[in-house]
Amino acid sequence: MREVELIPLGSSSRGLGLDVVRDGIMRVLPVTVHIREARFNIEDAFDTSRQQYHSTQILARMLEHAPAGESKMLGITSFDLFIPVLTFVFGQAQLDNRAAVFSLFRLHNEFYGLPASRELLYERATKEALHELGHTFGLRHCQDHPCVMNSSTYVEDIDLKPGHFCLPCSRHVHSVA
Amino acid sequence: MSASIDTSEFTILIVDDEASVRQSLDAWFRDDGYTVLTAENAAAALSVMQERQVDIILLDIKMPGMDGLALQDRIREFDQDVVIIIITAFATVDTAVRALKAGAFDYTTKPVDPDELSILVRNAVDKVRLRRENAALRENLDTLTLAEDIVGESSQMRHVLDMVKTVAPTDSTVLILGESGTGKELVARAIHMNSRRKYFPMIPVNCGALPEGLLESELFGHERGAFTGAQYRRKGKFEMAKGGSLFLDEIGTLSLKSQIDLLRVLQDKEFHRVGGEQAVKADFRLICATNIDLEEEVKRGQFREDLYYRINVFTILIPPLRERPGDIMPLAEHFLKQHCAAMNRPLVGMTDATRETLVAHHWPGNVRELENAIERAVVVNRGSAITPEDLPLRMAGSISGENGNETLADVERRHIQRLLDENKWNISRTAERLSIDRVTLYNKIEKYGLKRPE
Repeated sequence: MREVELIPLGSSSRGLGLDVVRDGIMRVLPVTVHIREARFNIEDAFDTSRQQYHSTQILARMLEHAPAGESKMLGITSFDLFIPVLTFVFGQAQLDNRAAVFSLFRLHNEFYGLPASRELLYERATKEALHELGHTFGLRHCQDHPCVMNSSTYVEDIDLKPGHFCLPCSRHVHSVA
Repeated sequence: MSASIDTSEFTILIVDDEASVRQSLDAWFRDDGYTVLTAENAAAALSVMQERQVDIILLDIKMPGMDGLALQDRIREFDQDVVIIIITAFATVDTAVRALKAGAFDYTTKPVDPDELSILVRNAVDKVRLRRENAALRENLDTLTLAEDIVGESSQMRHVLDMVKTVAPTDSTVLILGESGTGKELVARAIHMNSRRKYFPMIPVNCGALPEGLLESELFGHERGAFTGAQYRRKGKFEMAKGGSLFLDEIGTLSLKSQIDLLRVLQDKEFHRVGGEQAVKADFRLICATNIDLEEEVKRGQFREDLYYRINVFTILIPPLRERPGDIMPLAEHFLKQHCAAMNRPLVGMTDATRETLVAHHWPGNVRELENAIERAVVVNRGSAITPEDLPLRMAGSISGENGNETLADVERRHIQRLLDENKWNISRTAERLSIDRVTLYNKIEKYGLKRPE
């Protein structure tokens, strides 16, 4: 069974719902998830003019400090992420490779001026975790079925998609995981 | 994104001098399944476009060397279809207006909201998809002209279609040979429809149907007052075929005078309207057809040798139906479907006896005779399937002809065929044996579609 390292990134891992996300991943994917402390810091990925973290640079740090073996690494952070051409990203992953990262920053209801909901936050976080891990297992965005691999550019998109893979995507993940 | 789109069929080219922008957009669109190419400047972009078909370009404006707007102008010189989306960090109203005026599809500023970028690209994909569907429909329409009208599964007809495909894109003169009713005009139309002249008309002229006096005016047109009754200037067929094709059917019946006139037009590439002084430029592709042996006519002095060599550039011979019996049933089914639809009748089948009758028939009138037979059968049929009784009487009896039920025409055809074979197709000797003159024998040979064995 494939190993996944769930790595909290940033100053504190409080409020990240690590246990919930870990259990959520293991309910859907045939993987064992371990929560590991980061062996690096991500401060040099911070862009002062944008006040956001460059997700591609975070992935580069993760790969530099990757443990031996083929385990997947999934970073989780409360900081806002971006890639240069976009205003933000929910997360970023290496396609069919080892590293992925996602952020809770825009998954909070409070960000949109709505009452806080921890339950909804962790549900969204688990979907994003599965989505980015799906990329590391070689899946692209799924267009044909209700699937956690559907592309999301709005938080509402995340709420609309299911927390599991469609049959073809699930078959693929099970065949490679 | 609609469910049926295969994003890998769409190629996006990202042109930006910033490596981080190229990389992040590359990864972003690859996750969506698109085929992604990148270029760091205008020269690299042009080089990519020489090698690959690109559907959508995401173009940065501010680049060292040629900037994005200048690159857009260059691209538009050779590719009007590619969809260009300008993405720039330095947005001004002026550059936006200039980009859109110069044919950009849309315009946005960096950093772009992920949702906005998704919508922009989705709209671009829709535009590309519509253009492709449009092109495919046009192609289908043209293919339908071929597929609907020319039915034939035999190797002989496949060979004919191969020749059509070969010669159509060229501007060569084509001579189509075949007995009456074999579909020479359909083949001419197929050549025209698959040529670069297809958006201009194909003008058919039946040379045999026009009296000598009218033919000249018909082909060349006339000026007002050129002759009594010519009250208005009139365009001739040569002029009407401008940009398109001129189909001269039964060219073997042209009088020697008309042959000279035609030869002159083909040589000079221009002509004068009757009664006119100004030369009119001839711009048509010539397709000719005949059911008589032009070489024989040349020997007999009835057809000019120089004209014969000028029109005999590329020859397509359509074999008579009796030589390709495998085509009889597909054609019959095709006509049955066509005439049932035209007469608003439910599609009926054919009995086995009908099929046997159709396949056994000699079809001297070729495909035209078969079509007429099926049309008649659909008219008289009252049951659920076409029976031999629905077919023209002469034909329905032909299958049992050997048993004494032959028509007079059948007997005549068989008798002439036998004597021709006995005399090794020596026309004079056969005519003598039949006590008829050679012209009458030629007419009979044509009437019954008899063919010299190869």
